[in-house]
Amino acid sequence: MSFPTVAQLARDIREGKVTASAVLEEHLKRVDERESEIHAFNLVTAENARAAAVEVDRAVQAGKPLGPLAGVPIALKDNMCTRGIETTCSSKILEGWKPPYDATVVTKLREAGAVIVGKTNLDEFAMGSSTENSAFGPTRNPLDTSRVPGGSSGGSAAAVAAGFAAASLGSDTGGSIRQPAALCGLVGVKPTYGVVSRYGLVAFASSLDQIGPFTHTVEDAALVMESIAGHDPMDSTSLLQPAPSLLSVLDQGVQGMRIGRVVDMPEGSEPDVLERLDAAFAALKERGAAIVDVKLPSLQFGLTAYYLVAPAEASSNLARYDGVRYGMRVDAPDLNAMYAATRSQGFGAEVKRRIMLGTYALSAGYYDAYYGKALKVRRLIADDFAKAYQSCDVVLTPTSPSVAFPFGDKTADPLAMYLCDVFTIPTNLAGHAAMSVPFGTGAHSLPVGVQVLAPALGEATMFRVAAELERAR
Amino acid sequence: MSNATSAPTNAAALPEGWEMVVGLEVHVELDTATKLFSGSPNRFGDDPNTHIDPVTLGLPGALPVLNRKAVELAIRLGLALNCTVQSCTFHRKNYFYPDLPKAYQISQYDQPLNVDGFLMLPGDVRIGVERAHLEEDTGKSTHFGGSSGRIHGSDYSLVDFNRAGVPLVEIVSRPDIRTSDQARQYVNELRSILVAIGASDAKMEEGSMRVDVNVSVRRPGEPFGTRCEIKNVNSVRAVGRAIDYEARRQIQEIESGGTIRQETRHWDDAEGRTHTLRAKEDADDYRYFLEPDLVLLDPDREWVESIRTSLPVLPAARRAALAALVGIDKESEAAYVLVERGQDDYVAEVVRAGGEAGRAVVYVQQAFAEEGAKPRVPAADISALTVLERDGKVTATQAKTILAEIVLNGGGDAATIAKDKGFEALDTSAVESMVDAAIAAQPDAWAKYCNGEEKAMGALVGAVMKTSQGKADGKVVTAILQARRSK
Repeated sequence: MSFPTVAQLARDIREGKVTASAVLEEHLKRVDERESEIHAFNLVTAENARAAAVEVDRAVQAGKPLGPLAGVPIALKDNMCTRGIETTCSSKILEGWKPPYDATVVTKLREAGAVIVGKTNLDEFAMGSSTENSAFGPTRNPLDTSRVPGGSSGGSAAAVAAGFAAASLGSDTGGSIRQPAALCGLVGVKPTYGVVSRYGLVAFASSLDQIGPFTHTVEDAALVMESIAGHDPMDSTSLLQPAPSLLSVLDQGVQGMRIGRVVDMPEGSEPDVLERLDAAFAALKERGAAIVDVKLPSLQFGLTAYYLVAPAEASSNLARYDGVRYGMRVDAPDLNAMYAATRSQGFGAEVKRRIMLGTYALSAGYYDAYYGKALKVRRLIADDFAKAYQSCDVVLTPTSPSVAFPFGDKTADPLAMYLCDVFTIPTNLAGHAAMSVPFGTGAHSLPVGVQVLAPALGEATMFRVAAELERAR
Repeated sequence: MSNATSAPTNAAALPEGWEMVVGLEVHVELDTATKLFSGSPNRFGDDPNTHIDPVTLGLPGALPVLNRKAVELAIRLGLALNCTVQSCTFHRKNYFYPDLPKAYQISQYDQPLNVDGFLMLPGDVRIGVERAHLEEDTGKSTHFGGSSGRIHGSDYSLVDFNRAGVPLVEIVSRPDIRTSDQARQYVNELRSILVAIGASDAKMEEGSMRVDVNVSVRRPGEPFGTRCEIKNVNSVRAVGRAIDYEARRQIQEIESGGTIRQETRHWDDAEGRTHTLRAKEDADDYRYFLEPDLVLLDPDREWVESIRTSLPVLPAARRAALAALVGIDKESEAAYVLVERGQDDYVAEVVRAGGEAGRAVVYVQQAFAEEGAKPRVPAADISALTVLERDGKVTATQAKTILAEIVLNGGGDAATIAKDKGFEALDTSAVESMVDAAIAAQPDAWAKYCNGEEKAMGALVGAVMKTSQGKADGKVVTAILQARRSK
């Protein structure tokens, strides 16, 4: 199954070969045909999208200047605030809540002319790796509907893989863009922390969360990145950098570049996944890159550190859902009973598990042993990467240890689910950039993703390598 | 106040062999146009929930952006309190309450903005300032129904988020305060400084300045005792009363064989006593951690120095300057009152215009309570009046009448008013004959006065004043009587 790319659509619409409205209707038709099976969306905003498309068509006819994404249908993970449009985080506790404001990325997409088609399903509050934790039911992988699309941005990945949208935005706290991208055969980017504004992204773990695109091609990912990145005065952690120039580097090749291979990589990957990784190294070597062995000894502690830092921040970020000001309230005789009833009924099991984990890790008497130690590991990982990047420009690893797995495969064992993110988590802890690029198939003919890791603000280098891998596929 | 459960509330000395140790935590709302982390107005007294926005309400996805003006005012305060201004971080203080929208307060924890300062009190008493850090205020809850006025047991509660996110500075003193007088002086001096540097209006009655008191007692030389924190202390007077009550309560407890539990206590101003609010073991675990939505605040040196340069002369220095100029004690009430009102410059102007310093101080202190730092009355008018009185052209009583007229009219020529009112000072020979007439009329009083009964003089002076219709100068009459007696 092949769908038109963002670049193609934007070009055709700009040149008047096709109208934005027609493009939208094609995508909505596919939604009609398959959404009941896939469940990519929590909400399809067809009417708003039609109005936006008409506006683009008028602008084309009037010869007005157009944004780089004019008329391109794009889906948003349902943890990004959209003014007047329900934003739920796939949680009962926020069901029905309509934000009074747009997230910065939403504003930027609109300015770029994108047509927003809907809000996509996710693991509740982005906590999970399969989208099975959604309060509104799981999303199915369009490539094999007996399997998960990955998570937590599974709805965003499925929407693009099923042709419901030409691109989508997800959020990545520990791999939530890259892993579903790999499992759905897409390109998925986790930008350097601070490159894309978090204003209006409902926080899971503030020091790790970052928004990025899902697309069919590396070029499309570059296009979307150029539109959504850049400094935002509303986000204090936003870097004082303009959006990176990425389209211009895609054809530069990898001649003379140094590609790091991790010699002490965590084990447990499927053989096919490792075979595809080897093929990726071989392809880059053939195209003029040097393969360099690097050590990342603290990588093995990443998962542990992550499951202290992320839940700790989450326990604080999610404390505001108390039934007082918005969202769900379960009435009870007194205040504490109301808090308890609202939060017990409003949150799902995984969210509660992480809130308890995080509360414990920050508690008096335990802070130093848990949260404090996790922060030290975080520094060690950053140090390891800094050392590695002295001898290489990017590092290649698998994105996910396995291809898409069947529903229920890991739901009984949280640790097995957490292990899905073993390769993606260290990037978030270090605040670096990484992306997943499809590179052939593995078991059951399902797609395998190769992950390109780059240092902070190494997006241009990362995209060069990703584009070359795409050409070599 | 005779029964044992009700400790005395006057500020008399503590029982022999005891000393109180007091530290103050003062919260002050900064006088910024907008809130600490959002663009909503920072304004008191408007309709509830009119100054709100996604950040103030803690809506999902909203992020804080630090208000530079708030940082500047906090640095001003830090410098005025002789603190070191340092690079600092923000932490989250986590707890659940309906008026805390995010369920955490953004505050400063182990790396505050201002550290290691001090404040000088009368008698060269130096009170250490441990830290003065930035944090956001909570909303305001009002509880309806129930008897306690607290949320538990009430029928319903309403929350106003106008105050949520208002910038606060918390100023934490070292436990250097040893008397309730010092505590009151500390609060008053801090308030004067805050107003002088434009950081806050520091009104305890409006809640823009809030004081929590930590009190412990010990025998001098011994280590610190267990402290209790007292909340709901809503006036400077209450600060003194609460401290005195609490110190005596603790001493009574210890002397009767008990021990002090570390706890938070509530000051009941009507009853004049404190009672337990919550014990230490019931205190929240705030789970402080670094606020990931903000970055390091590292005020650059040039900025800090430019703020230092822009600081006005502080109240202590102004009192000293005024005292030196007019020849009064820098710790006198007049010095405090005039500087507090900002009228020290005005007094200096009167003196520069040729006025007599002592009288200028008295006039302005007594008659300008309703005037601000820039009285409407031209300084030259006051100056002229002081000269008129000094030269004996009018009496002190007449001067007071003229002063009232000048203040009422916003100015006026003292000599003209004196003439209009017929205030021509009597010449000494006229007064002398009136004194002699008074002596002749009241021989008993004169005899008593001659025998050393000073009080008897009153009747004689009164008679002269009556005869002269108040035109005789009391001081002149007294001098003549003394001269007659010593002949």
